[in-house]
Amino acid sequence: MRPYNRDMANTDLKVRVWRGAQEGEFVQYLVPRNPNQTVLDVVTYVQRKLDPTLSYRFACRVGMCGSCAMTVNGVARWTCRTHVSQILQGDTLEIAPLNNLPVIKDLATDMREFFNKWKGAVGFFKGDKTRHDDFAKVPPESEERQLANAGIECIGCGVCYASCEVVESRPNYLGPAALNRAWTLTNDVRDVQQLERMRAVAGDAGCHACHSQGSCTEACPKAIAPTASIAGLKKLVARAAVRGSKWGKL
Amino acid sequence: MGQAMNPAVLQAKLWYAQRISAMVLGICVAIHLGIIFYAIRGGLTAQEILGRTQGNLAFAIFYELFVIACFVHAPIGIANILQETFPSSGIAKPIASVLGLLILILGSAAVFGVYSAGSL
Repeated sequence: MRPYNRDMANTDLKVRVWRGAQEGEFVQYLVPRNPNQTVLDVVTYVQRKLDPTLSYRFACRVGMCGSCAMTVNGVARWTCRTHVSQILQGDTLEIAPLNNLPVIKDLATDMREFFNKWKGAVGFFKGDKTRHDDFAKVPPESEERQLANAGIECIGCGVCYASCEVVESRPNYLGPAALNRAWTLTNDVRDVQQLERMRAVAGDAGCHACHSQGSCTEACPKAIAPTASIAGLKKLVARAAVRGSKWGKL
Repeated sequence: MGQAMNPAVLQAKLWYAQRISAMVLGICVAIHLGIIFYAIRGGLTAQEILGRTQGNLAFAIFYELFVIACFVHAPIGIANILQETFPSSGIAKPIASVLGLLILILGSAAVFGVYSAGSL
């Protein structure tokens, strides 16, 4: 890696940013190079100093909220935690909106379909206890809890969805994020929608369409393995369809 | 029964069938390779092959099992690939069905052929 030096501050980054909606073009901006600069810093500089009409999305800036994901040099990334120095080749950055989602304007995509698919995969919790019941006791070392833990840190950034080849070729596919969420809930012993969820994630629009190529797992900024979650769903759901499950037969 | 099966549940069942048949195929292919290595020592003649297979029920059962595993496994995979490649063409099911039948008929005919060696 090149050490930072005085020259670096003088070398402007050539940043090509997508402008427009579904139709549009890359526009080049010159952005000063700073030590420890993130890609989100670069985009913010463009908007604050060069062109206030640039649209993009961010909130927390610390990798918690999942709103700043973009395609940087062809790869989907969380821009707030991606240092320019980690990915820069030469002096050019190309920043585009996420793939597989409709573009609203510039770098902001319409994520409604992405989140609707979470709903479609029954990716939400429903219990049957009330405030008058005792707390549910889930032993931290239990198998279910461990399996849920592996996928629970998803921040919903859409990086996996934008990186998935199956989503690209099969628009009704639920996608890695929604299926990963379904898998964590499948392992939530308090949840009461297990049969409904298994039906929702079965088949060609669901887990059985996954090619196990692993692009989602490679791209996930939180180091989650949706491929493993989907493999878990495939096995569980197919077994439930043929032999039945502890919640009944599909 | 009677009511149409949820297509997603059918997909899940097909996936299961493909997985189980893959396990069978894995074992069959390994044994088949072993037999090939054994058979080609000192050249390969039709007489030698038929000498092993003719009237040998164990051979016939093993290779018929192999054929049935292919019959289950291959059409499901081909149907998936065709469905993904040509989503609205409707060719996946007919082509996969024909392929399945061909595998079953030709494969079984071959097994019967080396078992009976034309003596029937």
